[in-house]
This record gives sequence, C-alpha cells and structure tokens, in this order.
Amino acid sequence: MNIVVCIKQVPDTTEVRVDPETNALVREGVKSITNPFDENAIEAALQLREQHGGKVTVITMGPGQAESALRDAIAMGADEAILISDAAFRGSDTLATSYVLAQAVRKIGAFDLILCGKQAIDGDTAQVGPGLAERLGIPQVTFAIELSVENGKLRARRVLESGFEVVEVKPPALVTVVKQINEPRYPGMKGVLRARKAPIVRWDAAAIGTDPRFAGFDGSPTWVVRVFPPERRAKGERIQADAETAAKRLAEVIEGMHLSP
Amino acid sequence: MPLRIIEEKCTACGLCVRACPYDGIAVVDKLARFTEQCNVCGACVAACEFEAIAVEVTHTADVDPTAYSGVWALAEHADGALRKSTLELLGEGRRLADALGVPLSGALVGSGVEPLAQAMIAHGADTVYLVDDPLLASYRTGPYTDVLCGLINTHKPEIVLVSATPQGRDLAPRVAARLGAGLTADCTGLHINDDRLLVQTRPAFGGNLMAQIVCRTARPQIATVRPNVMKPAPRHDARTGQVHRTPVHLDERTVATKIIEVIREQGDGGANLADAQIVVSGGRGLGVPENFALIRELAHVLGGAVGASRATVDAGWIPAYHQVGQTGRTVQPKLYIAVGISGAVQHLVGMQSSETIIAINKDPHAPIFDVATYGVVGDLFEIVPKLIEHLKNRG
Repeated sequence: MNIVVCIKQVPDTTEVRVDPETNALVREGVKSITNPFDENAIEAALQLREQHGGKVTVITMGPGQAESALRDAIAMGADEAILISDAAFRGSDTLATSYVLAQAVRKIGAFDLILCGKQAIDGDTAQVGPGLAERLGIPQVTFAIELSVENGKLRARRVLESGFEVVEVKPPALVTVVKQINEPRYPGMKGVLRARKAPIVRWDAAAIGTDPRFAGFDGSPTWVVRVFPPERRAKGERIQADAETAAKRLAEVIEGMHLSP
Repeated sequence: MPLRIIEEKCTACGLCVRACPYDGIAVVDKLARFTEQCNVCGACVAACEFEAIAVEVTHTADVDPTAYSGVWALAEHADGALRKSTLELLGEGRRLADALGVPLSGALVGSGVEPLAQAMIAHGADTVYLVDDPLLASYRTGPYTDVLCGLINTHKPEIVLVSATPQGRDLAPRVAARLGAGLTADCTGLHINDDRLLVQTRPAFGGNLMAQIVCRTARPQIATVRPNVMKPAPRHDARTGQVHRTPVHLDERTVATKIIEVIREQGDGGANLADAQIVVSGGRGLGVPENFALIRELAHVLGGAVGASRATVDAGWIPAYHQVGQTGRTVQPKLYIAVGISGAVQHLVGMQSSETIIAINKDPHAPIFDVATYGVVGDLFEIVPKLIEHLKNRG
C-alpha cells in the first residue's frame, strides 16, 4: 500500500498563553510539536504498512523548521519525508493549503491512501483534509476511529453526532483520524538514529508547479482581521466552609434555580 | 462557463451523464456536451476517469460579490426532525439577513423531508430550497456535495451557514474547495460589518485566542457554526414561505461511499449530553475510573447528563461521547457542575457559556475557579455524596 501522511508542526497550544497587553500569542518557550492528531495518522499508516506492506511517505507544508517534525515521523518508522516549503506559501489559509498539498501529491504520483489528523490544534478548522480530497477527486472518510483494509477496500468506523457509522470506499481515498484510533508509538533508538541521517526531500513552488494566484496570501479568500483574548466571565462566589455546610449551600443554590432537566 | 470538455480526452463513455443529478450533460455526436441545465455542481468532474473535464477556476479577486445575495441555513435532520443546531442557524441567519436586508432561506437535502421545509419556514426561513431523493436518505459526502454546489451555483447566496457537527465539518470544506469559497470553521460569533461583509469570530489555538475573519470577495461566505452557542429561532406556525423543489436523479453506482452499518449511541448513562440543561462533569480529581459512579449518581438525581474532561477520556475512564471541550463537545446548559476538573482552557472552551457553573476541586488555584459562579475548594469525596443526600432529601 502506498500511503501519504500529511502532517503539520504546531505550537503546543496546551502551553500557549496570550500577552494581555499586546493581545498576541506568547510563543517564547512554547515547544513546536507535531500536531497530535497527525501522530495518530502516522501510526495508522505504519500499522497498515505492517499488515499489508508498502510505503509510508510523510509530507508537510511549512517553514524550514518543520523538517524536525518530518524527522520525528521517520523516527517512528516512515519511509520517506518531503518538506514542501516556499515563501510563496506564506499566509495560506485552508483553501490555499489544500491547493499546495494537492500539487505535491500529484508530483508524488500514484497512492492508495492519504491519512490526515482530524484537525490541527492551532487552526482547529479540520478543513484541509476534505479540501485536499476534493481537489484530488477522491472519496473522503472523516473522523475515523477505526480503519482497515478488507478485500481491497478501505473500511472505517466514523464518529457521528450521536453514534457511529461504518463505511467502505474504494482506494484511492483520504481518511482523517481522531485521537481514539490508536496510541502513536514512541520511536526506538534505531529510529532516532535513522531519522538523524535521513535525507529530507525539499520541494518549492517551482518543483510542484503551483500557480502563485492560488497559493499563499493571494490564494486565500479568508483573512484574519483581528485577534483578541477570550472574554472572561465575571468573578463568582467562593464558598469557604466544611464539607457539610458547603454541600448544603450548593443544594440550596441548585434548588433555588428551579430547574427542570 | 467554468467547466469545459477536453475533446481529445473524451471517450463518450457516459460516466459523466450517469453522475450528473441535473441532466446537465449529454453525449451528442460522440462527445460529452453541457446542456442548459448544468449548474456547475462538479459531479461530472469527479466521475470522469479520463480527466476530460477541465475546471476553469475563477480567482478570488475576479469574483463579483454583488452577484450573490441572501443568507442560507443548511438543515441537518435526524429521525424526522430538524436538529436543534439547525434552529440555531435559522436564529442567527435571521439576524444576519435582517442586517443585510435580504431574505433568509433554508437548504434542505434528504429523503422524505418535505415536512421539514414547513418547520424551517416556521422557524424563520422565507424560502426553502428542497432536494428530496431516496439516495439522499443518509448523509454521504459525494451526493450532498454535488447537490449543495448545484443549489449554490443556481441561486447564489452571499452567506451559507452550516452546523459545525461531524456532518457539517465533513461537507462544508468539500463544498468550499469545489467552489473556491472562503470557509471559516466553528464560529461562535457572527455579525455584518459596514462593508456588508460577514465577520466571523471563532476560537483558535485551542481556545487561547479568538480570531475574527472575513472573506472579502470569494462567494459564498461559508461558515460552520458551533452548536449550542447561538440562540435557536423561535417557532411561529403561522409563518408562511415558499418551498422550491429541485428534482434530481442520482445514481447509486456513482456514489463512492457505502454505508455498512449505523450504530446509535447515547453514551453509557444519563441524559443526552448534546442538549442537556444540566451537566455533571468529572475530571482526573476523581482518582480512579470507578469514581465516575459519583458523577453518574449526581447527574441521575438532577436528571442531567454526564460530561467528562479530556484527561479522563484519554485515560479510558469513560467513552469519548462524554468529552466536553475544544476537541470534544460544546455544551450550554443552565447548570454545569465540574467535579475534580482543573479547568484547562481547552475544557473551558466547551462549557464556559453555561449559565451557572459550580466547581468542586481541592486545588484552590485550579483555573476552573476563574469561571465558576460558585466555587468550592474541598474534598469532592466528602462534598458530592453529601450534596446528593441533600438533593434527595429535598426533592
């Protein structure tokens, strides 16, 4: 199976804070990590390769430092890594990003499966996966919590609003995965050493033939016009008392709300 | 005309004709040709195996935004009724449409859903664009994308609102990519600015930052709207409106997705979390998974739903169905009781619009206390059982 995994390097948003004076993100001391859902995607690819043979290629659109995320993927076990990087891609929103990734995938050639994490923890849009599938004209299966290949078809269990569904599509297809699909493996020493020496392929705009009108700022219909920290709720009441008194007070408060479920 | 047949590649195989829902393409004189019914939905492009149909993409800057008018709300339905999230779209859509001085329309796609058109009108839609076909009975990406793109290209709304549910988040980016439209995900705030542009407010960086986004020229401006944030539109059965039905014929052979099985789930206890008025949530402070029994008991006494922090779901203490937070569910109950939850930003994002928040935690510095209406620093293992006792005795 020829599998392409799309990953993104993101700031660790569990560590990120907003500077109250500038309203900007404080990035100092915040680690860059591989988007956690993308690690699940890499793991899913590796497991499929273990079962069915084939090749796992990891790609990312990003600045030069994103190479470290690719090396981490190789350390986990990916066969090949490609960094898609060009100043012309800066400022890309999800539409422009899916355009650039589609061009890169076309250059890679034939594939059976593209795997993505369900969303990036900085943008939180979950839009690039489906956008990429649309541009490549392949079926998509989003929010997969289980994934397998049976009789040459991709079978996945998807998370729905109130339950799940099991679907089947013929490859080539694109699947986005949720966290619960697997536990990403920790790279062993061998993997880490291999990753240090691995050649990372670099493709720029010319290499993948992007039209500058559809990448970067120019190719992005959506613009961020303002950022601000979230509103804080008004200060509440602190109940300082022993457990019995506190429980009584809470019961009073709740009864006083006259709620019907 | 954005679609063009590449004559040298066309083999007149007819796959495009089979895929077209609108009689928009036919094979004439050994070549595929577009008819007047083509509404550029794009189904043929995906179906052609010879890459014989080219798409001339209009660049964002060349779009004429004035050709687009009207606000749409895309319906999502289950078990013969509109989802509450759709009523929220209609409520919000009405506000936006009134601000622009344009009509609010519903887009309703499914099978046997004509009665829901009246429901959309009762909740504020002036017109409902209905596409009803047996092959649309269950949501599948391909046919729903083709149908929605067809409707949008025909009627040209300037704004399309979609619920940020799994279905909406599967469909909207595919539609946006096909149309070259701007899409903003998971909006928690919407308004029209002085330039008649939709300003979309939404959380980013795990909820640490709010971003405001506009789409200057690409049309339509598409937004997926986070459920349980906006007010649902009230129902007025006396309201009248138009239902505009578009006939389609779909071919199962061209649908890429086969649904093998559907599994309903309500979580493992308690009321339905999605629209509960009372939610009792447990976090890592519970210590061991068995202690979720305390949460379930308190929820049961109150007739509420059970929620959970991401940490407990990750640890396998409770199914992901119950997860409240940035990568889980957003809830907006009248009462949210957070037990043993520290209150990381990603969790707050999912519950901070609750009317009243009660927090019980032994750590006085837990961030959950920043949003709690009533905060109790103490041992949950003493407080919660006593609280349950008091509630049982009074009730």
